Amino acid sequence: MADRPDADREAGANKPALRLHVPEPKFRPGDAVDFSHVPISEPGKQPRPDEACDARETEGLCYDLIRVLGDDDRAHGPWDPKLDPDTLRTMLGHFALVRAFDERMFRGQRQGKTSFYMKCTGEEATSVSAAMALASDDMVFPSYRQQGVLIARGYDLVEMINQIYSNKGDKLKGRQLPIMYSSREHSFFSISGNLATQTPQAVGWAMASAIKGDSRIAATWVGEGSTAEGDFHSACTFATVYNAPVILNVINNQWAISSFSGFAGSERTTFAARALGYGLAGLRVDGNDALAVYATQRWAANRARANAGPTLIEYFTYRAEGHSTSDDPSGYRSAQEREEWPLGDPVMRLKNHLIALGEWDEDRQAEMDRETAERVKAATKEAEKNGILGHGMHQPFRTMFEDVFEELPWNLKEQAEQATRERLIKFNGGRPQ
Amino acid sequence: MSTEVQDIQAAGDGAERRLNMIEAINDALDIMLERDPDVIVMGEDVGYFGGVFRCTAGLQQKYGKTRVFDTPISECGIIGVAVGMGAYGLRPVPEIQFADYIYPGLDQLVSEAARLRYRSATEYIAPMTVRSPFGGGIFGGQTHSQSPEALFTHVSGLKTVIPSTPYDAKGLLISCIEDNDPVIFFEPKRIYNGPFSGFYDKPAEPWKRHPQSAVPEGYYKIPLGKARTVSEGEALTVLAYGTMVHVAESVCREKGVDAEILDLRTLVPLDIEAIEESVKKTGRCLIVHEATRTSGFGAELSALVTERCFYHLEAPVERVTGFDTPYPHSLEWAYFPGPIRIGEAIDKLLSE
Ligand SMILES: Cc1ncc(C[n+]2csc(CCOP(=O)(O)OP(=O)(O)O)c2C)c(N)n1
Repeated sequence: MADRPDADREAGANKPALRLHVPEPKFRPGDAVDFSHVPISEPGKQPRPDEACDARETEGLCYDLIRVLGDDDRAHGPWDPKLDPDTLRTMLGHFALVRAFDERMFRGQRQGKTSFYMKCTGEEATSVSAAMALASDDMVFPSYRQQGVLIARGYDLVEMINQIYSNKGDKLKGRQLPIMYSSREHSFFSISGNLATQTPQAVGWAMASAIKGDSRIAATWVGEGSTAEGDFHSACTFATVYNAPVILNVINNQWAISSFSGFAGSERTTFAARALGYGLAGLRVDGNDALAVYATQRWAANRARANAGPTLIEYFTYRAEGHSTSDDPSGYRSAQEREEWPLGDPVMRLKNHLIALGEWDEDRQAEMDRETAERVKAATKEAEKNGILGHGMHQPFRTMFEDVFEELPWNLKEQAEQATRERLIKFNGGRPQ
Repeated sequence: MSTEVQDIQAAGDGAERRLNMIEAINDALDIMLERDPDVIVMGEDVGYFGGVFRCTAGLQQKYGKTRVFDTPISECGIIGVAVGMGAYGLRPVPEIQFADYIYPGLDQLVSEAARLRYRSATEYIAPMTVRSPFGGGIFGGQTHSQSPEALFTHVSGLKTVIPSTPYDAKGLLISCIEDNDPVIFFEPKRIYNGPFSGFYDKPAEPWKRHPQSAVPEGYYKIPLGKARTVSEGEALTVLAYGTMVHVAESVCREKGVDAEILDLRTLVPLDIEAIEESVKKTGRCLIVHEATRTSGFGAELSALVTERCFYHLEAPVERVTGFDTPYPHSLEWAYFPGPIRIGEAIDKLLSE
């Protein structure tokens, strides 16, 4: 270690010693949880600026929390989107479907039907309600926890499960990790496992739409942890420079695997306030309030559509379940957090709102939950006819070599022959099922 | 095991434990954090939780939050910050959660860490060891399975190290941390818990039942740039590293081939003497790696062997590799270089 240039370390003895700050979450496993430090704004009290306002007018909204649904289960204030009961029931139905789907797929992974799954429990509104506020052909660039967008857009459940099972019905040919869907038909971009990569891509798509004089806008979703990636900051810069018609949704669910939001910078400021330095409009929103999510997403969509500029929205929510089937959150956070989360559960809050309006009741809810569970079960059975991951390799080996390029070059041809030969030897000429 | 014993520069009291590779890596980090206050362990989820693969478990509790800590999810930040820490005089050991995610930090690694010594004429150096699990075989899909080692061997100024046993993982990691150059330390996650025969329907054999899992207590080093002779033989030389050492070994055993298997252990610096000596002895050379074939590290090895041993070769050098496709989730066992692919290459080599 002779050549380390660290000679003069004694210098400056009468100056204060510098100290490193390493963030620490308030609660760890076993701790009693008290969320009173989380400021919860009063529903209905946040102003709603004009959609075409100067980005600076949203400054206050970057630190506040836009809320509509109150403890009385009623909608309040200028952000009330005034949705009709049918739309609210549809939204509640999507919520129920997402939850039932997550439940079943999680179990499927535990039963060995697939390798991996990720739930979005507690965050349903941030994808379902947001998607419902967009036009069906607006392009979305989701991350891996936005199954709600596909469900809201009516994507076929069997197709979703085929993808998760990597079976012979999987239109992505078994290539992608489960839940990494893609559906051009539903204006849903192919998901990458590399965090935050979709944010500049969404901006690029929105810029292209503007270059072509199209009317479709783009929206993207990124976790609060992932906002630390350079890609996110590149996206913000391009979005503001070109006034791209894009919405950057940051899902602040408090946890990035075992790391709390402090490791993405939440101890100093909000994620919505990231918008300010870039000159983007910013909104900080109760992500468990389906009406607030819908209203703010619609505000940003209208703004983008009117060429008034891009918006960064922080949806403040809570990841109620583990990060994925590979994660056990009891190793790093208090089990009590989920019950104590002060913003409640988006499904219950919407349900109670509909009941308060006299447009819903517990019996209909029970009936809907039962029907939804049946529907998911039937879809699962249907998809299982195409095979499950645990049963081996459903795709012909040659598909592995297709689509690397538009045309198959000589090396891939040779390798495809090798793979086919290996399959014949390994399975005595037969195909494994 | 005789070559291994010689590698030990300073061993403890001779006591050994049976550890898996994760535990051996944890042990190496523990020892280095203890010995050198300048060693810093950081990365996504490595602190309180101890890493998604548990390699850093217990270290924050033992050494405190300013020695072992979580980082923002920013590989560019993690590697860039490590360059700055290294320039100050610390020895950061950043973890990148999966090798597939080094790419966002690539510029810091390639343009900065790798060249700092050269461009400043050693005014500044970047002593850092970037640890990262790599390779497939755990149904991780395209973004949790890649083997990007060749990319790094192409960068002047970076060292690339890949262990294949718990013993090597510990001894090599200690050497890397003490090294004054930036090192990429790739951990073959398919064999974190045990060595692997290569047959997808056969489970991994836990390291504690494997003869090579014996890990000495305390501090020892395995020098960088020294290959390990896994088996001596006359019929052909097999060059492999990481998981593929075990696959090649089991295939040669099953086929009853008298192979001389070299575990390269470090790709840069490379033990060219061991390679040359062995190929000149056997006259045949098989190279096995899991990464895609085109411009893979096998191409470099093949060129070196051809340049240096051409007149001793009885047959053209053979390469067995992964295919030139992204890693396919459901067909990963068809992608993985297994017994059939290796067996065919051996037959071809021996028939010439
Ligand atoms: C570039 C990159 N680095 C690291 C990872 C590993 N990783 C997967 S998910 C995750 C946490 C993401 O947290 P957040 O952005 O908050 O989203 P959430 O999972 O909470 O929805 C990490 C570190 C990755 N997928 N990609």
